[in-house]
Amino acid sequence: MESYKADVVIVGGGGAGLRAAIAVAESDPALRIALVSKVYPMRSHTVAAEGGSAGVKLPTDSLEYHFNDTVGGGDWLCEQDVVEYFVAHCNEELTQLEHWGCPWSRTPDGHVNVRAFGGMKIERTWFAADKTGFHMLHTLFQTSIKYPSIKRFDEHFCVDLVVEHGRVQGVVAIEIGSGEFTLVEGRSVVIATGGAGRVFRENTNGGVVTGDGMAVAYRHGVPLRDMEFVQYHPTCMPGTGLLFTEACRGEGGFLVNKDGYRYLQDYGLGPAEPSPRNKAMELGPRDRLSQAFWYEQQKGRTIEGQHGSVVHLDLRHLGEAKLRERLPQIYELAEQFLGVDPARAPIPVRPAVHYTMGGILVDGRCASPLPGLYAAGECSSVGIHGANRLGSNSLSELCVFGKVAGEEAARFAKASAPGNSASLLKQAQAVEQRVSGLKTKTGGNERIATLRKEMAQTMEDGCGIYRLADTMQKTCDKLDELKERFKNVNVEDKSSVWNTEWLLAIELEYQLDVAQSMAYSALNRRESRGAHQRLDGFEKRDDENFLKHSQAHYVAGGAPRIDYGDVKITKSQPGTRAYGAAGEKAEQERKAANV
Amino acid sequence: MSENQRIIEIEVLRYHPEKDKAPYQQVFQVPFTDDMSVLQGVQYIKDYLDGSLSFRWSCRMAICGSCGMMINGEPSLSCETFLRDYYPARVRVEALAHFPIERDLVINMEGFIEKLESIQPYIIPKEPRTLAQGEYLQTPAQLGAYEQFSSCINCMLCYAACPQFGLNSEFVGPAAMALLHRYNVDSRDGGKAERMELVNSEEGVFNCTAVGYCSEVCPKHVDPANAVNQNKTNSAADYFMRFLTPKGGAK
Repeated sequence: MESYKADVVIVGGGGAGLRAAIAVAESDPALRIALVSKVYPMRSHTVAAEGGSAGVKLPTDSLEYHFNDTVGGGDWLCEQDVVEYFVAHCNEELTQLEHWGCPWSRTPDGHVNVRAFGGMKIERTWFAADKTGFHMLHTLFQTSIKYPSIKRFDEHFCVDLVVEHGRVQGVVAIEIGSGEFTLVEGRSVVIATGGAGRVFRENTNGGVVTGDGMAVAYRHGVPLRDMEFVQYHPTCMPGTGLLFTEACRGEGGFLVNKDGYRYLQDYGLGPAEPSPRNKAMELGPRDRLSQAFWYEQQKGRTIEGQHGSVVHLDLRHLGEAKLRERLPQIYELAEQFLGVDPARAPIPVRPAVHYTMGGILVDGRCASPLPGLYAAGECSSVGIHGANRLGSNSLSELCVFGKVAGEEAARFAKASAPGNSASLLKQAQAVEQRVSGLKTKTGGNERIATLRKEMAQTMEDGCGIYRLADTMQKTCDKLDELKERFKNVNVEDKSSVWNTEWLLAIELEYQLDVAQSMAYSALNRRESRGAHQRLDGFEKRDDENFLKHSQAHYVAGGAPRIDYGDVKITKSQPGTRAYGAAGEKAEQERKAANV
Repeated sequence: MSENQRIIEIEVLRYHPEKDKAPYQQVFQVPFTDDMSVLQGVQYIKDYLDGSLSFRWSCRMAICGSCGMMINGEPSLSCETFLRDYYPARVRVEALAHFPIERDLVINMEGFIEKLESIQPYIIPKEPRTLAQGEYLQTPAQLGAYEQFSSCINCMLCYAACPQFGLNSEFVGPAAMALLHRYNVDSRDGGKAERMELVNSEEGVFNCTAVGYCSEVCPKHVDPANAVNQNKTNSAADYFMRFLTPKGGAK
């Protein structure tokens, strides 16, 4: 087996991984960085983020407002000290991207422009038309080329960590083009592998979003935190789940039901005004909007389409010129995939799974409980999203915490002795044997695609927008069954070069672990909070028992063990989460009570 | 699947270096609906007909740049090319032209990545600025000067379209040249002189014979042909300037 000695290994070449790599390179050019990614970095799913990235910019805005929006938006399940750090560093990081060349959209006088976004009190979402993630990712990737200490392992699939003397000391990766295994030694490791939305059926995510990094850490005893909180984005393409950015509503779009009625006013988000006011109506948070869709569907007020019920995202009143300038990608997606000209007809949309709020448990400095192991971005749970993420907070998170993870991993690496290469190699060889076993074994009769589809369907059935104990239990049982059947998986392709069938099998095994952590965490949370909503006697938030982070612990061959951790509260006591006119009233009362 | 499902024939170019001496065609019968892309067609093949078929894909929405293929001989993103547009005829899917095939529809893109790395695709600041000084001012018109060239998704369709790249794989080629131009015309950048060496070199712009097919196939309207041709002008000016200025042109 080939082996390579680095100081810091970064797994994942999306926004967080690239930002971490640059942070290591800038903190000490002598550190050798290995950036391991299963796709070329610019293919990573950061590329698909559309609407923008949050950072306080206008004189009318404040860090306190951004903090309050984020903590309230997360239904008070946020680590408030981490949110304070986050909001205080967003602007700086987005400015850093500006210096690196990110083509932010501008005001006429040349300043970076900001737009409105759901759940945000003041416009603070920096944007590059409606391809913000694409531009941030390419800016970071291209900038990373400047640093000779970053050695990329493109199209290398990380399948495991090597851990010795209680600390992580590297990773084992498959070079996809040859099928060969490589040990990449490092004195610290940053996981930045993104979310796990592909465990659900209808989702906005790319094929790569399979949660491998989460599962790898989980199997080494690192808890996955708050995994029951999965975000449904309210405006997605029926069937494929492709995303129509929240910026459609930030720019003034309407959501209407089959009667052309702006139904959100019936769900505590009104009043309906000609252009959506911040934190009201179409600019409410994603969880509330997806939940409102569900109720409209129950009431028979949605429109029946080829791929299930839909409502209409109406952008016609914005006019073609504005749509072409601000939402060019949305315009083309609607035209090419749906045959809809959004300047002339409404776009049919429905909610789809979009984002994994939970992830690898880390502290505010991105350190996991396993010494030497750090995590950043969607794969991590650093604590800023709570029970529901606000749109445009995740792109900022990639930069703010990608940098923190890189700096901390650099510091840890410098303070640690190199590992024992011979014994690490021995471990890596055991990993090779286990993972190769998936394709060398014969006699299996389960099709990968069948298992994958059954997993995705049962996750949608049991862990959708609204949840019930008996369907969640069925999902848990189904996942147990699928894990059992996975032992009989059949990988027909026994070859080495570009064996993607084998890789799909490895991904599926990890996806089943992550799906289990979600389903069991959901079943155990007997309350409703943010994106976790129940209809079986636990319809209310229960701060007394569940103002707690869930922590799923891996149990080999069994169901995960779920326990709970405290939530850090600094300055915002849990309150009523309200939007629209009700939200404004609640805020006034809060202010009056504080005086 | 719904009742309006039909069957289309997809002919796929197969090649496996561990067992095949040469690429060959294989035909699959694929059930499809009107909203299915060619990518979804090959995914169906992999999931249900032949698990050994290899191809790259991810985002499904024409932004990650992974799934470029030759579809009936035209360089295309398979995720935004639809089976309905070929039915009832057979649709032919092959690896991108002008690149070595690694396996089936997967091409070797290392050469392209090296070109991307060679053009210094990052801001070389004209006037360095600290974060405390805040953002550079850049008017919408200044943004407009490079915005289209910054929209390249690195899908390499333009290389599969470029006859000159087909003849000489050393040619920097359309996408990398567009990216080089993107940085050269960014108001924040001062690195043009360094980059012009490559533009003027043997691998540079003068390989281009102005066929323009690169811009035709570009799914993101980057118009790399325009970038290449602007640099021919720059390069010619640069050539003459070197006789006239003490520093040798490239201003």
